[in-house]
Amino acid sequence: MHIPDLTLPTTLANILGKLPSTPPCWALVTTLNQLKKREILQVDMSLLSGHSFEVHILDADMRLHFVADDDHFSVGNNTTVPDLHLAANLADFARMMLREEDPDTLFFNRKLVIEGDTELGLIVKNLLDSVDWSATPLQRFMAV
Amino acid sequence: MPATRPLPELVCPAGSLPALKAAVDNGADTVYLGLKNDTNARNFAGLNFDDRTARDGIHYAHQHGRKVLLAINTYAQGGDISRWHRAIDEGAALGVDAIILADIGLMKYARDRYPDLRLHMSVQSSATNYEAINLAQDMFDIRRAVLPRVLTLDQVKQVIDHTNVEIEVFGFGSLCVMVEGRCLLSSYATGESPNSHGVCSPAKFVRWEHGQQALGARLNGILIDEYQQGEAAGYPTLCKGRFEVEGDTYYALEEPTSLNVMSMLPQIIDIGVAAIKVEGRQRSPAYVAQVTRTLREALDAAGRDKQRFAVKPAWTQALSKLAEGQQQTLGAYNRPWK
Ligand code: SF4
Repeated sequence: MHIPDLTLPTTLANILGKLPSTPPCWALVTTLNQLKKREILQVDMSLLSGHSFEVHILDADMRLHFVADDDHFSVGNNTTVPDLHLAANLADFARMMLREEDPDTLFFNRKLVIEGDTELGLIVKNLLDSVDWSATPLQRFMAV
Repeated sequence: MPATRPLPELVCPAGSLPALKAAVDNGADTVYLGLKNDTNARNFAGLNFDDRTARDGIHYAHQHGRKVLLAINTYAQGGDISRWHRAIDEGAALGVDAIILADIGLMKYARDRYPDLRLHMSVQSSATNYEAINLAQDMFDIRRAVLPRVLTLDQVKQVIDHTNVEIEVFGFGSLCVMVEGRCLLSSYATGESPNSHGVCSPAKFVRWEHGQQALGARLNGILIDEYQQGEAAGYPTLCKGRFEVEGDTYYALEEPTSLNVMSMLPQIIDIGVAAIKVEGRQRSPAYVAQVTRTLREALDAAGRDKQRFAVKPAWTQALSKLAEGQQQTLGAYNRPWK
């Protein structure tokens, strides 16, 4: 599977940007908690606990806020400055998740913005890298 | 020189189980990895292998007929060196094909305890001449030495011609320009260095500042570099920072480049290099897959017909995208020094 290099058209982005970000954010934290529960995401929560995260999908102008505690992820509020802020276009986030592209490569190419606690960013990156999708039904979607 | 040399082993990095599988699936002969602690020089939060993932990874590689090396390539620190001893014990128990060591004290420990365990001398040992390598062979029976990225191809040949220890060289990845193992820059800025803490420019000291115009990289408060809009960024290591020297601000030590020896593969095979190493245990499975696939293709092509070997534009393209700073160099290999 190859993700074409596109940015969301402005009209679509405008609509997406105006939608409340709670449903997608809820979907995100639910997925994270599920993956964690099924031990696909082998996460040491003590490394993430107490931290807040923001995923900013630039071309959709959508900001997803979530927080971690000792045992799960939950929807966060977008009023505080997150400890870790990640920003990229939707296609680049998809490439990272599908392992078509290495986050360092996107960062070197200035397509991924990382702000805040750099070490936390590294923990999150390494966590996602360590997921063995071949052990899940999602395998057929993944590049490796 | 024999007419046909065996192809050098392609040695690829793995910071996680998926990366290990990516290396194996894309044609690595050998994979190297580290444990989750400061006994290896990529001691990054969340990276590396615990007992279970190491077991799974080694099983996967062996099932596919590939080898696994365990890097224990930092220097045992101060009062408590038990962690390093335990790492060696663990490697032996896991059944890795060899252990990569830098510290001679650890070489002795491994040799005494596990006479059958194959030992490789790490690049961090900083052995740049055959006498050092032959001495390590005499004393600890090391079977392979990884050369620092500071030698020219002629110098590598010199070493190979005077030792029967296998020689491994770096083929692709970010450059560490100092005679590795002897660099103090990271310690100077942060108090932690690859040899002592297993990491150069630890992430906890790094801050990225997104200004209006430029992206600033700070290491423990020290501004190392600023990247303008659209300018490729690099790792925030001191050696690749821009410094003001006599009124000029430039990359005074090294540009943020990546090493790529693809165009030299025929010579590398000719002089009898035993293995080519890819840097990057800190990188993702996507990087490992792309680099391994590309170098596998290139190595096989060079092996089939050295005379007519030419680097394919597609290979260069695939690798340059992944490179730090998006520039590639032959490093010291093609310098005219003798
Ligand atoms: S500062 Fe540069 S040369 Fe020194 S150890 Fe780090 S990467 Fe290597």
